[in-house]
Amino acid sequence: MIAAEPLLSVRNLRKFFPVFGKGFFQRRVGYVKAVDDISFDLMPGETLGLVGESGCGKTTTGRTILRALDPTDGEVFFRSNGETVDLAEIPNRQLKPLRPKMQMIFQDPFSSLNPRMTIGRIVGEPLVIHGMAKGSELTDRVAEMLVKVGLKPEHAIRYPHAFSGGQRQRAGIARSLIMHPSLIVADEAVSALDVSVQAQIINLLEDLQSEFQLTYIFIAHDLSVVKHICDRVAVMYAGKIVELAKTETLFADPKHPYTQALLSAVPDPDPDVKMNFALTGEVADPANLPPGCSFNPRCQYAQSRCTQSIPPLREIEPGRWVSCHLLDEPESPPSREDDASGPKPDND
Amino acid sequence: MPDIAENVLEVRNLKTYFYTHDGFELPAVDGVTFSVKRGKILAVVGESGCGKSVTAYSVLRLIQKPGQIVDGEILLHTSDGQTIDIVSLSERSDELFHVRGGLVSMIFQEPMTALSPVHSIGNQITEAILLHQDVTKAQARQITVDILTKVGIPGASERTGQYPHEFSGGMRQRVVIAMALVCKPQLLIADEPTTALDVTLQAQVLKLIKDLQADLGTSVLFITHDLAVVAQMADEVAVMYLGRIVEQSDVRTVMKNPRHPYTIGLLKSLPGVSTEAERLPSIEGTVPSLTEIPPGCPFHPRCPYAVSGTCDVGGPPELQRVAESHSIACVRAEEINGK
Repeated sequence: MIAAEPLLSVRNLRKFFPVFGKGFFQRRVGYVKAVDDISFDLMPGETLGLVGESGCGKTTTGRTILRALDPTDGEVFFRSNGETVDLAEIPNRQLKPLRPKMQMIFQDPFSSLNPRMTIGRIVGEPLVIHGMAKGSELTDRVAEMLVKVGLKPEHAIRYPHAFSGGQRQRAGIARSLIMHPSLIVADEAVSALDVSVQAQIINLLEDLQSEFQLTYIFIAHDLSVVKHICDRVAVMYAGKIVELAKTETLFADPKHPYTQALLSAVPDPDPDVKMNFALTGEVADPANLPPGCSFNPRCQYAQSRCTQSIPPLREIEPGRWVSCHLLDEPESPPSREDDASGPKPDND
Repeated sequence: MPDIAENVLEVRNLKTYFYTHDGFELPAVDGVTFSVKRGKILAVVGESGCGKSVTAYSVLRLIQKPGQIVDGEILLHTSDGQTIDIVSLSERSDELFHVRGGLVSMIFQEPMTALSPVHSIGNQITEAILLHQDVTKAQARQITVDILTKVGIPGASERTGQYPHEFSGGMRQRVVIAMALVCKPQLLIADEPTTALDVTLQAQVLKLIKDLQADLGTSVLFITHDLAVVAQMADEVAVMYLGRIVEQSDVRTVMKNPRHPYTIGLLKSLPGVSTEAERLPSIEGTVPSLTEIPPGCPFHPRCPYAVSGTCDVGGPPELQRVAESHSIACVRAEEINGK
């Protein structure tokens, strides 16, 4: 039941962190471009995966969308109760009534729960903060939510240390869902869990999604989990989306050289399917990006134009976005002399 | 009894227990028997708390109080025909120092904590060489540069003067691998060597370990929780649950034709394997605490094949051979068949 209106439209989102020099004046010497010009739409009920290596900006993207961090530039249109607001722009005090609609699930179930509060208080705290329930209604709603995530109402009086990692993650999920949000940013929500427990939590997230019509932004580095849970996947590299497509399309036929490399790095549980991974080097430093396409120093197909200009994210077929100069060729408009001028090969 | 020359390491009935201050006895490793064949990789796989790391630490006698090796033998067969029982060595003996870092070395999970932040990379590796090999300082420095080059660190001779914080995560793990292999150990223990790394770096480091292992002929005891990594790296696999080995065989048998319900469940719950299924088949419940190990088969409360009166009484089932080099610990071994 995908409605025509997107729940969330992110346009040219940027988040730069200033880097200061040493010395008395601490002059600003540059920026870390953690998120650099990201745009996408998210339909209600959809799960979008954000994947990439550490430092690619996937977590910062999630936090900037929720205004846990203030964006440097760009727009984040969020639909709530039939109205569209720009989360990037509205002042803080107008943000509070919107907070219940957008929540976050964190990676580490050990550090994201206050050890000195009972599970009941942790899960019920959002209701208290927003003044939405108190007394026996609060207790009832907490108990109901605990049951929904597979815990028991009597767990409400226990402290986090009495629970296993999987149970704590369930409590974290209960806390996010108790306000009945429409958007959930799940930041590595299953990465810290063991395989057998991970499968339970993935199932829980899927069940709750259909029950509450949730929309997820699912941030993860584990591609097999992403493949299972996401409808669409955005691959990030050095603060930019390099490829965005439907999950099946992306996994079956990755177009961007980085996506291809990333997929080839996933070990296969079949011992007869050997890993065929050729990518060398490490992630680009977002404070000191190479000129042109950020991926060019590691790309085996890099050409001279890759070091000259940044490839735009283009829709190469409906619903499929890639930013790579190599895919420009077929319909290259009047274009650059180095590939239009015929017999003479690229200078280097 | 296997041929002496064939195995580098034989662990027999190893029991490592921890004693809490309120009087509990926690059997972290409870009667584990396995061997690592010369030049092969044995993977020990299991979830948190199954005792896989404690097993690895026991082999190097790195268990500290309140933990203790209470029973068993750890036999190291060196290539010159000696056999050393690591359990019987005294804590401060020269022999144990010779074993640690010389005959057996270890790669740890988190490279930042395995390296000293206040010594340069070069000095840390040179120290290991000087402790175990009869060479001059100048020779040791040359060996250091050679091994760093071998593990793929560009500009090795310039980088020996740098400190761990000047290296990225992947490069640090390469340094740790270099340090572990520089004395040409007979056995390398790798405890979750890629868990802290990104998938692309993991692929690079796994390939490096595999290439070096083939090149140097080192035997490897590989500890991991990741079954896909096991499939790519191991020759043989031991699956552990609550301090015991529940299934043991070569990698193809374990991954493609598992017989123990726990292994079957673990493999099914991997996302991406049963791709088309809407829901992931998962193992119910969670791993119980070591203070409340269920009677009978420790896995029975979570096991879909459990039969009451059979699986929940008596002691844990012994590991028994069900086929040529395939053992499982399950009383219904004969009835349960893969898939």
